Amino acid sequence: MGFPDRIERTVEIAHPPGTVWTALTTAEGLGAWFGNEATIDLRPGGSARMTWTGGHTADLRIERVDEPMVFGFTWQIYGLPEDDPRRTYVEFTLEPAGGGTRLTVVETGFAQLPEDAYRKAYDGNTDGWAKELGELVAYLDAA
Amino acid sequence: MNWSPTSMPPDNEAIAEQVFVALADPTRRSILAALATGGPATATDLAGGLPISRQAIAKHLAVLAQAGLLTAEPGERRRVRYRLRSAPMQVAQQFLAALARDWDGSLDALKSHLER
Repeated sequence: MGFPDRIERTVEIAHPPGTVWTALTTAEGLGAWFGNEATIDLRPGGSARMTWTGGHTADLRIERVDEPMVFGFTWQIYGLPEDDPRRTYVEFTLEPAGGGTRLTVVETGFAQLPEDAYRKAYDGNTDGWAKELGELVAYLDAA
Repeated sequence: MNWSPTSMPPDNEAIAEQVFVALADPTRRSILAALATGGPATATDLAGGLPISRQAIAKHLAVLAQAGLLTAEPGERRRVRYRLRSAPMQVAQQFLAALARDWDGSLDALKSHLER
């Protein structure tokens, strides 16, 4: 197997989809199991922020809200610079199973290539830094 | 390895592998760390801070440049300066991010949150 692009896990949870949905899509729920604190604007295009003790935060963009079956968001690939456009897509699927829920999480996009758009952004960023440093030097020289 | 813009896109796996191979060697790690912390430097600058000969540094620099981890640029007094190229590191980071994503731990936490 080569560069991993897709992670998939399924768990059986002894609660109906409605309960699991609440844990996945509310600030109170997310803050209880995923991060230490969460905010969420639950609509496609809305944003959510997870905060962990220790200071790490993750900004999520909500992509799919099909209550109580599918919840999807994108977030940044951990470790990449903040202005890197690459994001992975995370989708939770909830299926009734007996009295409980079969919950599947799929995260994709780890192997996406640095496309031309990215290369432009990257070069643009390099130029941007050179420009900003140049402006700083000019500002200091003028002082 | 070289890729022309019109050929196949660079293979992430090959790029990540070059990063991991580069990082497996302690001298190359030191060179990359020196460039990351101190910015662009010449082979002479680097040799001054590391306990190996300038010739050995030059060999490692060639390996790193070949792997796309450095770019060479003209410096003062016609000396070549080496600059860290972060793009391959970011590809390696994508690989590590997939390995580091702990959905097992998160889903266990979700289960115990709901089922306690």
